[in-house]
Formats: sequence, structure tokens, C-alpha cells
Amino acid sequence: MTAQTTPDTARRGPTTREPTRGERWIRRTPLLPGLLFVIAMTQIPFLFTVYYSFQDSNLLRPDSGSFAGISNYGRVLGDPLFRNAVANTVVLTVGAVVLSLALGLALAVLLDRAFLGRGIVRTLLITPFLVMPVAAALLWKTSMYHPVYGLLNWALSPFGVGADWVNDFPLLSIVMVLTWQWTPFMMLIMLAGLQSQSPEVLEAARVDGARPFAVFRRITFPHLRRFVELALLLGTIYIVQTFDAIYMITQGGPGQTSTNLPYFIYLQAFRAFDVGEAAAAGVIVVAATLVVAMFALRVVSSLFEEES
Amino acid sequence: MLIRTTRRGLPVVAAATGLALLATACAGAGGGGSDGERVVTVATVANPQMDDIQALADEFNASNPGITVEFVVLPENQLRDRVTQDIATQSGQYDVVTVGTYEVPIWAENGWIISLDEYGSDPDYDIDDIIPTVRSALSYEDQMYGAPFYGESSLLMYREDLFEEAGLEMPEAPTWEEVAGFAEELDDPDGGVSGICLRGVPGWGELLAPLNTVILTHGGQWYDEDWNAHLDSPEVEEAVRTYVDLVSEYGQPGAPNAGFTECLTTMAQGDAAMFYDSTVAAGNLEDPDSSSVVGDIGYAPAPVSRTEHAGWLWAWALSIPTTSTDPEAAWEFVSWATSREYHRLVGERLGWERVPPGARVSTYDIPEYQEAAEAFAGPTYDAIDNVDVEQPGMHPQPWTGVQYVAIPEFQDLGTRVSQEISAAIAGQQSVEEALRKSQAYAEETALSGGYRD
Repeated sequence: MTAQTTPDTARRGPTTREPTRGERWIRRTPLLPGLLFVIAMTQIPFLFTVYYSFQDSNLLRPDSGSFAGISNYGRVLGDPLFRNAVANTVVLTVGAVVLSLALGLALAVLLDRAFLGRGIVRTLLITPFLVMPVAAALLWKTSMYHPVYGLLNWALSPFGVGADWVNDFPLLSIVMVLTWQWTPFMMLIMLAGLQSQSPEVLEAARVDGARPFAVFRRITFPHLRRFVELALLLGTIYIVQTFDAIYMITQGGPGQTSTNLPYFIYLQAFRAFDVGEAAAAGVIVVAATLVVAMFALRVVSSLFEEES
Repeated sequence: MLIRTTRRGLPVVAAATGLALLATACAGAGGGGSDGERVVTVATVANPQMDDIQALADEFNASNPGITVEFVVLPENQLRDRVTQDIATQSGQYDVVTVGTYEVPIWAENGWIISLDEYGSDPDYDIDDIIPTVRSALSYEDQMYGAPFYGESSLLMYREDLFEEAGLEMPEAPTWEEVAGFAEELDDPDGGVSGICLRGVPGWGELLAPLNTVILTHGGQWYDEDWNAHLDSPEVEEAVRTYVDLVSEYGQPGAPNAGFTECLTTMAQGDAAMFYDSTVAAGNLEDPDSSSVVGDIGYAPAPVSRTEHAGWLWAWALSIPTTSTDPEAAWEFVSWATSREYHRLVGERLGWERVPPGARVSTYDIPEYQEAAEAFAGPTYDAIDNVDVEQPGMHPQPWTGVQYVAIPEFQDLGTRVSQEISAAIAGQQSVEEALRKSQAYAEETALSGGYRD
């Protein structure tokens, strides 16, 4: 894989001497305000969350607020609605990530060729990613999924298909919105990967008589490995947190069929005002996301390694 | 990278804590400054009546030169979230908060808002002019804690032209059985007209509002006097089945996602023959700018079964939190916005059909208002006046209020129950199953809330 090994020139710095401790800190100084800001804005709320997760705290009961030990965690883990939310989150995330990655890869392969109006097509394809999530969700709810006025039913009516999408297939409806929204993101990452391929290698392969599919499978796909990993990781992290689409389109329903973890936490925090349990659920989600993300990354990584 | 980004997995909790911190930092900011200027910060709900109040705030400033009013306008759900946090954490950001009949008794019990009886005893304010049912819904232990800005009940709105065409006649006090018959007769999916439009979207303030009036009139109840849950009783099941069957067979398409706004649009576009909802909807249906059925709508009282009346009662009221640094200035604003003079002012400056309904008896005696709201003023007033907030159903209940249980836990309990019923409307589970789960939630809430052991 010569294409992706770092060229030697990049290592040749202006000086070969290791900077001293003091020099390193001088270099870092301009970054410190930003670093402190990030720590203040992300870590302090998190510490508060951890603190509240051990408190019996309900805003609506002024007498609550005592130390609760791990009982909040016990209640959250024992709550069938929480487990249901976990299952829904997994389905939503896996569905949306896999679909948008597949679509993104397909579109990126198309966009990687030169054709008339490529710039316009690329811009149009990116647009869904630029629409505000709430606006996109509302648009899908009213103009795509509406059982009477919806475009989806109108487009499918010649084939005899017509459904009340949001109620008959709530999770699928959300997955479709998320896929629509995240495909451009995946496409951009894949496109970056495709365009960083060395043309010489591809040309050599063709000269050697490899067919396009063989070129894609043997050269392009292994090359894209890191990009796929990155796209999977980022996509998963963002899509796990989906809230807008659920809040706007299904409100977690019908029943609990489309309640995911962020929406569950929202209900705990702002309907029940049970800060303790909501915080505990939040901490569990962070811990689980970390574990799953690391584990999944390793698995995906080793799969690809075997492949190439 | 991994760690930084996943932290966003808790946006809500982080935001809540952050907001609480921020709010604490701003404590006292709503109070008067040192230069003698008094500032009243008003948290209010984003709806047309509240827009009007902002448009007219200059009149208040003219008569109260020392007081500046600042408005914080939020959608209903966010208002509830923000104000609850603000008051529960005692941060004192607001001097006046807009709250509903559900919150007032709970917050009064918690000592979060002040009694307005002493201020209201001023003869100029004429506290006895407030519609009695609304006043008692906004009271706790016989003291008024919220000054009503406007009030609403529920009505059955129906298309007189479609009824006439089909040779049907709406009785003066329709029953749910009759309504079901009309819905069956008038339902015409091919013609794009549903028999009836009813809320189906989860939420204690959405689906549960109309449904609870159906439960109450069928003789059902959420809790008895000893806080035993009764959501699995035959009466509740009969009521819920009536509602669910009606909306899933003859209701609007996409019913499990339709709330007040969606139903109002459906009705205003002429796509439904009947609509059981808030009296406030009447004003919109009679407005040519937003409705294509102006003049075709008839108004009947909320359908009943075993009780004489079945309407709900809701009012948006202005309350003063105990954390307000300048309650006198806050009262100046509250009394102005809920006075007889304010109603006249709205009528004269903005138009008589925009006068806030359901707050003061005297409003209904104004000839200009009677004329402008001819179609619905009478039915609205009667609906509000007929509500019994102490015992709306057939059984005594240990709280005051109609379409909700006035305990803090109800927001959560009601949301869960409404999700189950909504799933039944969507056909994902049976009514029995939905009610079995709901009963379990209700029992659990009575225990965890400490209402019974």
C-alpha cells in the first residue's frame, strides 16, 4: 500500500533537536484558553451529571435531594422502558449508519468520475446535510410521510403501495430520515478517500488487465478502510444522539416503539423532572457508548485487516 | 476525539445542569437596579393572545412609567421546562410566570408562587368578576394563586352543512353514542372527509385532555380518594374503547400523530365533519384567514355519557414566584394584564374577536364582543361555567382539576399512559393491553410518589 505510507519528506523538519519541556509549553500556551474553555464546557457539566446520578433529586418535590447511592442506576437498568430504548437506539443507529454508508459509498464512486455538471450535482447531494435537523424532520413529517398529502404515498401509489408510514413503520421512517440526512456526510468522507488514491496504481492495475470491479475490490476498497472506519465511528456517535427527528416526527411513539435513549432521557429530565434518574441514564449511555465504540472499532478494524 | 464527542450523549442533562448554573448566576437580575428603574421579567407562552399583550405593553409603560417589562416568550413545553427549573432551583429569573391550571395548585403547595388574594382585594381589580370555575381551578386552599389571562373548555364543533346534507340533526346535548353514529354516517374517505377529528398524539396535554373527559363522563376515574388506581375498571375500558374505535375507524388519517394543531388544520380545511376540542379552536374556525369553513360550523356541548356535562377546563394564568425581588411591580403588571380595562383595550386597539376569552364574566356583557364572537361566545361561556373542577366525574377525587391529575408526577405518568393509548390507536396493541400497562404505571406512581403505601 504505497499510496498511503507517509512520504519521507514529511518527517524532515527544520530542526532535528527535541524541544525542551519549557519550549513545549511555550508552544502550547496559545492553545490553553481554548483547552480550558472546552474542559469547562464539557467536563464540568459531566461531573455535575455524575454527581446528580447519585442523588435522589426530583425538581417537583422540594424535599428531595438526599444521597441515593446507586439506587438510580438500579432503577434505570431495571426499567423495561429503558431497555426498550436501548434496543431501539441500536436498531436506529445500525440501520441508519449502514444504509447511509452504503449509499454514500455508491454516490461517492459516481462523483469520483468527471462528468458535465459534477460541481452542481455534488452541491445538490450535500444539501440534505446542511438543512437544520428540526426543519428536515418537520418537512419529512408533513410533506413526505403524511398519509393523505405525503409525496411518498403519491410516488408509490402507481405500484399500489400506500401506508401511514409514521404509524405503521415508525422506526423505518426515522431510519429513512436519518439516512437521507447522513448520506452526504458519508459520501464526503468516501469521496475524500477515493480522491486520495494514487492514479498510477489504478492505471497499473488496468494495464495489467484488471476489470473495474476487481480494481474496486482489490485496490480501492482496501484503500478506503480507514475512511470507512472513520465514517462508521463518527456516524455512530452522532446518530446515537438523534433527538430532533424523534421529537418532531413520532414523539417516541406509537407507544414506545421509537423512543431512543436521548428521547428517554429527555422524558425523564423534563417530563418526570427526575434529575437523578435522568443523570444516571446519561452516565450509563456515555459509558456504554465508549465501550461499544471501542469494541466495534477493533472488530471492524480487524475484519478489514484480514481482508487486505 | 472519541471522548470529546461522546460527551454530547447527554445533551439534555448537561443542558439542564448548565442552565441551572447559569440561572443561579443570574439570580436577582430580574429585580430592580440601583438607579430606581424597576424591571419585571415575564415568562410567557408563545400564542396569539400573548403576542397581543406584548403589542399593548406600551400602554402599560405609559401608565406605569417607573416599571419596565421584559418578555421571555417560549413555546408551551419549553416554557414549562424552563419555569419549572427556574422555580425549583430558586434562581429567581422571572417576576411573573405564565402557568396553567395544572401547575397552580401544585406550585402553591410547594410554596413556589404567592397568593394573590391580598393584592386582588383592591376593589378596582374586581376579583369577583373572574369566572368562578376558573378562579377555583386556580386556587389552592381557597386562595387564588394565579390571575387568569384566558380560559378554555371543550366543545363539539360540527359541520352544519354536512349534517343538513345527510339529513342529520345534532341534539342539544349529544352523547358519545350519538356522536359515534354521526361519525359512521358522515365518514367519507373517498371524498376526503373524516367522520370526526380527535387528538391521538401522545402527551398529557394532547391526547389525554379530550380522552379524560370521555373517561370521566363514562364514570371512570384515574384514582379514588385513597389513591387506588382505577385505569383497568370496566368504565375506563368502555370509555377508552369508544374513543379509540371512533378515531381509528372514522377519524382523520395519521391519527396517532395528530394533535390540536393538526386537527384544527384538518377541520379548517373542511376535511372532517366533527371536531371535539378546545373552545379556543372556535375562534380560528371562524377566521376567514385560516379557515375555509367559516359560517358552516355549529357548536354543541362536550358529548356526555353518564354525567350531565363533560367539558374540560384549562386557563393560562399569571403568577408571581416567591423568588421575585419586586412582587409589587409584578402585581402591577399582572393586575393590568388581567383587568377589565385590558379586555376593552384589546377590543378597541386590536379587534373585538381577539379579546382573551374565558377569564372575566363582564367580558361577555360587552356588546361589541357579543357581536364579534356571536357564533361561539355563548357556547364557550356555558362550557366553562358548567365545569365542576372539584368533582368533574361521578366519583370524588382527591385533587382539583378535570382532564389531569394535579400531582407533580402526572406529567410523566400522563405521558406514558398517552403513549400506550396512542399505540392502541395505531393498532399496535389492544385497548386492554394499553390499559393493563397504564394501570401498572398508575399504581407505581401512587407508591413512588408516596400517596399510598
